[in-house]
Amino acid sequence: MTATAESPAVGEVKAMTVTLRILRSKPEGTDEHKPGEQYWQEFQVEAHATDRVLDALHKIKWEQDGSLAFRRSCAHGVCGSDAMRINARNRLACKTLLKDLNPAKPIIVEPIKGLPVEKDLIVDMEPFFASYREIMPFLMTTGNAPARERLQSSEQRDRFDDTTKCILCAACTTSCPVFWTDGQYFGPQAIVGAHRFIFDSRDEGQWDRLEILNDKAGVWKCRTAFNCTEACPRGIEVTKAISEVKHALTTGEF
Amino acid sequence: MTHHEYDVVIVGAGGAGMRAALESSQRARTAVLTKLYPTRSHTGAAQGGMAAALANVEDDNAEWHVFDTIKGGDYLVDQDAAEILCNEAIDAVLDLEKMGLPFNRTPEGKVDQRRFGGHTRNHGEAAVRRACYSADRTGHMILQTLYQQCIKQEVEFFNEYYVLDLILDSDPQAAAEGEDVSVAGVVALELSTGEIHTFSAKSVVFATGGAGKVFKTTSNAHTLTGDGMGIALNAGLPLEDMEFFQFHPTGLAGLGILLSEAARGEGGILRNSEGERFMERYAPTIKDLAPRDMVARAMANEVREGRGAGPHKDYVLLDLTHLEPAHIDEKLPDITEFARTYLGVEPYTEPVPVYPTAHYAMGGIPTTVQGEVLRNNLDTVKGLYAAGECACVSVHGANRLGTNSLLDINVFGRRAGIAAAEHAVATAEAAAFPDDAAARVEGIVTRLLGTVGGSGTERVAEVRKVLQETMDRNVQVFRDASSLEEATRVIAELKERYQDVAIHDRGKRFNTDLLEAIELGFLLEIAEVVVAGALARQESRGGHYREDFPTRDDEKFMHHTMAYATGDGVRLDTKPVIVTRYQPMERKY
Repeated sequence: MTATAESPAVGEVKAMTVTLRILRSKPEGTDEHKPGEQYWQEFQVEAHATDRVLDALHKIKWEQDGSLAFRRSCAHGVCGSDAMRINARNRLACKTLLKDLNPAKPIIVEPIKGLPVEKDLIVDMEPFFASYREIMPFLMTTGNAPARERLQSSEQRDRFDDTTKCILCAACTTSCPVFWTDGQYFGPQAIVGAHRFIFDSRDEGQWDRLEILNDKAGVWKCRTAFNCTEACPRGIEVTKAISEVKHALTTGEF
Repeated sequence: MTHHEYDVVIVGAGGAGMRAALESSQRARTAVLTKLYPTRSHTGAAQGGMAAALANVEDDNAEWHVFDTIKGGDYLVDQDAAEILCNEAIDAVLDLEKMGLPFNRTPEGKVDQRRFGGHTRNHGEAAVRRACYSADRTGHMILQTLYQQCIKQEVEFFNEYYVLDLILDSDPQAAAEGEDVSVAGVVALELSTGEIHTFSAKSVVFATGGAGKVFKTTSNAHTLTGDGMGIALNAGLPLEDMEFFQFHPTGLAGLGILLSEAARGEGGILRNSEGERFMERYAPTIKDLAPRDMVARAMANEVREGRGAGPHKDYVLLDLTHLEPAHIDEKLPDITEFARTYLGVEPYTEPVPVYPTAHYAMGGIPTTVQGEVLRNNLDTVKGLYAAGECACVSVHGANRLGTNSLLDINVFGRRAGIAAAEHAVATAEAAAFPDDAAARVEGIVTRLLGTVGGSGTERVAEVRKVLQETMDRNVQVFRDASSLEEATRVIAELKERYQDVAIHDRGKRFNTDLLEAIELGFLLEIAEVVVAGALARQESRGGHYREDFPTRDDEKFMHHTMAYATGDGVRLDTKPVIVTRYQPMERKY
């Protein structure tokens, strides 16, 4: 027999029963619900305090109700697929541990707000990505490219390091009260995406982007509610990035 | 059903797919079909770096990189391909920098480089700084940068289109040697509507990623289910060297979440329960920076000899406590956060529990160095290409070096994109697209949807769980004839049970229940090929270690495995390894 290949468990964690209250909807409807109608459904699962909310959702899907629909991929907070509203806050289901909630109470899980709901926890991401594309999220340079790399000091790189961490999960944009009510606003993520290039010393497209963000759909819509900063699973200081873009617009300084 | 026509169809939008798309879309009308939104692809989870002998921080050259790649791959590497990989590495990194990738910088403002396992100065003298990186999120930066360039070039994406079949103009196994077999297109399921789409194309590029979900403990995403490899196999094409699977040494214990080798590149040390730096015994020269197969085996060996740490003595420790917190924050911010979030361990002050985790398929769809897919040892399928983890070119041989996969996707993604577009431009008409091309996929979807509320007694999740546990128990770091025979038996049983699977979602739109059932079919097929190859290879080489045959046997096994699916199970053949200038030597570090 070969050696131990079983994955080891770290410490012993007691199992417990947790309740998830999920806001569901079926595009084709069910016997009790019209197509697209949202309704609450509760599930109980056996879980450990160190389990992720995603683990609990998988337990429901795999053991109780295969029709529960949600997106996920990497399961450790880097792909940005599973942003959802958990206990009234936007988070990644794979980065939220049950012990960080209050497993004694039902855990409330809803789709992120402000984008059209497609099915259960899945929303239409297209309007979100359209806003991202709008701000020209790519390096713009003029003249011939150098033979080797463009030089950049560590200090210059640090200037935009924070906003390079964005994984396009939409947790920030769909936590923004302005985005919920104003159909025009690009939302925080698009501004983060622009910030990443505006403050990159190699980029020459700052004013093209700033012009877009100066528009009525742009940065001036932000009311500094700070929801976005709180929601970001990557710890990006989103509101600060938006303020820096506002500052660049008024002073012309980067 | 909707029919589309393109010059080039690229399947998959990770690093290889998008790098191919950037080339192809400049030359020919290109569509990218992807199961996930591009930015969800698992390239984004790669951490440590991308190898290139830039020599920005110390003496280095591409020839040393070639040697390290071949030796790291335990001499199963096709040496012509390794030369291309390492020679084109420098431009591949510079191209990404020019696209805007925010690499970490040297004091002079150049791309910074750091040490990584198996990468050495002058053929093994000492570890060399060859990995170009962006903190410990290099893959994230590559994925974002390539996606941003695709936006700039207005690449046409079909997001959440799950490709399920590859259409060729004739049966590649029935065709005689030398006879032309051409690609005609693909069939895809649009997840948001449940509608089936057919795509006719002059060229098709597969860049569908890995199959790590055949194992339970894995660094791979839930969606990495070997779809592209399974589709190729079903279309009558071979898979190469599938028995070689890489187990990354440092997965978070119990979870498998990846902690980059960069942790050791930056000075981290592996210790057993006695606090011993045990790698000194296994690889005296480069110690913790030995190649992954050797480190993973050493860790598993420490555990089975009773020197594991923790209450069950079932993991070892990755010690970063001697590093400055500021250094950790700058170079390893994400992985230290993973340790805090998922294990509640503070890496500044506590060592992190780690154990090997299934990480990377060295094998895949066999290709030439232009990315052309082989249908046997000699003939390519006209217009069909593959690149990235789903392909086997073979630059990784029996064990891939860390940072060579981000390199692979860029070098061979680019080559495949160019070759696919040039083939399309030179081809007047796409191969005839048969009227009944979608029949197979329609059959699968109709059959599975028909199981809702039916008599099927098996659950997808249960069959998958047994498969993954079986693979972890029998086909992991250590293997032998009896463990592999056990795996063979269980997989055959699971294939039977799979026929009896019932799903629960009757909806057409976003039916992720249906999706998981289809993915499980691919997983079972891939697992069967992995085990068949492992059973036949009675030697130990790179990531494939047989306890009953513990040494490398160049006389009998210095060849690639070619696996074909037939009506009576897997048929195995061999393919010669291409040797240019490096004769096999004993592999010591």
